[in-house]
Amino acid sequence: MKNARAYFNSPWRVLIFIVLLVMTLLWLVPILTGLITSIRTFNDILYRGFISWPEEVTLRNFRTAWERGGLSHYLPNSFIITLPSLFLTLLFSSLGAYALARFKFKANRVIFFTFVGGMMLPFQVLMLPVFKLTDFLGLYDTYWGLIFFHTAFQLGFCTFMLRNYMRTVPGEILEAARIDGCSEVRIWWRIMLPLTLPAIAAVATLEFTWIFNDYLWAIILLRSDRLKPITAGLASLQGQFVTDWPVIVAGALVGTLPTLLVFLFLQRYFIEGLTLGATK
Amino acid sequence: MVRLRRNFLPFLFLAIPILIYIVWVIGPMFYTFYLSLTNWDGLTTPTFIGFRNYQRLFNDSVFFLSLTNNMKWLVSFVTIPVVLGLGLAMILNRAIPGEKIFKMSFYLPMVLAMVVSGLIWGWMYHPRGGLINNVLVGIGLLERGPGWLSDRSLALWSIIIVAIWRQVGYVMVLYLAGLKSINPEFLEAAKIDGANDWKVFQKVLMPLLMPVTVIVLVISVIDSLRAFDLVSVMTRGGPANASSVLANYLYIQAFNNYRMGYAAAIAVILFLISLVFIFIYLWQVMKNELEY
Repeated sequence: MKNARAYFNSPWRVLIFIVLLVMTLLWLVPILTGLITSIRTFNDILYRGFISWPEEVTLRNFRTAWERGGLSHYLPNSFIITLPSLFLTLLFSSLGAYALARFKFKANRVIFFTFVGGMMLPFQVLMLPVFKLTDFLGLYDTYWGLIFFHTAFQLGFCTFMLRNYMRTVPGEILEAARIDGCSEVRIWWRIMLPLTLPAIAAVATLEFTWIFNDYLWAIILLRSDRLKPITAGLASLQGQFVTDWPVIVAGALVGTLPTLLVFLFLQRYFIEGLTLGATK
Repeated sequence: MVRLRRNFLPFLFLAIPILIYIVWVIGPMFYTFYLSLTNWDGLTTPTFIGFRNYQRLFNDSVFFLSLTNNMKWLVSFVTIPVVLGLGLAMILNRAIPGEKIFKMSFYLPMVLAMVVSGLIWGWMYHPRGGLINNVLVGIGLLERGPGWLSDRSLALWSIIIVAIWRQVGYVMVLYLAGLKSINPEFLEAAKIDGANDWKVFQKVLMPLLMPVTVIVLVISVIDSLRAFDLVSVMTRGGPANASSVLANYLYIQAFNNYRMGYAAAIAVILFLISLVFIFIYLWQVMKNELEY
């Protein structure tokens, strides 16, 4: 409380605080709206108005979304797609990042900048060829088609982040291991990876959220309803329950839960990941 | 022999990542250029037709409408979230009661899938049952609320508001990191020299934040060119293409109308626009590199 009193010692600060408070509340409105909607019935909202005391509070919408809406298979699908993609992209990017951070060779810069440039692409540009490629490989409408693309596209960001972090690891440690006759692969696995763990955690948290929340590639590379992840599933839910908004919103909230939990528990890493690229 | 080994070694680590990246990202990028010169329905083999897709593109009013909408999105993105994000970062950079809750509230939209945000906002925009019209009518501002997403002049802006709601937290995070990396002695020195708060901000802080600002602007531009999910979920580009953006138009041409060659031409235009900004970004990264 002492801090609070110290902070509010000028009228300016009080004013700023009030503006901040109002803006924060405005920012939370959609979340609160979602929560309130999900436990009411559509008729109740429509006849009594949104701003009214609910006639009844119910969890039925969640159940409908889960059972009839198909969330019970969309949500597991999201994990089936996200976790392998995450693992593979971290594995390959940490390999590549190690080479780019530790070895001097001619193509180093070119390769590095190709990864960095690729990560900034508006990925929709790749929509058609990737669709064709996936089809050509016989992976259209399979989990693997999606997993491969995510693994590949996220390599750009992950390699960029991990390589920059690995450059800060003192070379003497690695040199000592090298002199002791440690093989390069062993150095990567036993020395570099453990030292890079904070960066890997940051990148992993962020990537989990991004891959989990992907919508575009899910609707392009998958057709079968039973394979769809939650994002594409929610879009179908919207088609199925056109006017029953509480069910759609309840489904949307359930779909947010995994990324929300990851964020709440790993917030520090999430934020670090976002800023790793912007500042050194 | 040793030299050979040394030159070969990096590629032991890089072989798989490079291979995957070439097959799924770099290769497709070039293949898009080729596809844009063909007539292709997605099933048969593409047939080469030269620049005909581009000729048609320049006579396509929906294409220009989508392009204009992307530009409106872009201009909104490099102004509103940047100003709000910087402002919030300045306020939250010093200890303030409830700091954690404030920050969390602005981070939250970033964590939600765009699809989820699109659905929840879509419901808030609902003409009759939605929160927004309920409030506007409730406080007597309007007699009857508009159909936010079904009105030609409102649909795009209604979606951009959602995108801004999401973007502010991101910009704030970047500026907060930028502010943390500034040596407070610079600011102290300026204050001792008698500069007021505004002068310090303008003459000391802003120049020091310049690298972050470049990154923020480039990311904002790229994100505005990537706009797809919200449009796809909230309006599908409607009504009558009023809220169409390039990525969405490209998707519809390719996967609803099966005009894949034509869609590829749209993709090429999108790519060329983004290229300028990708180079600015690379240049910024390069500058950081040289400071090592």
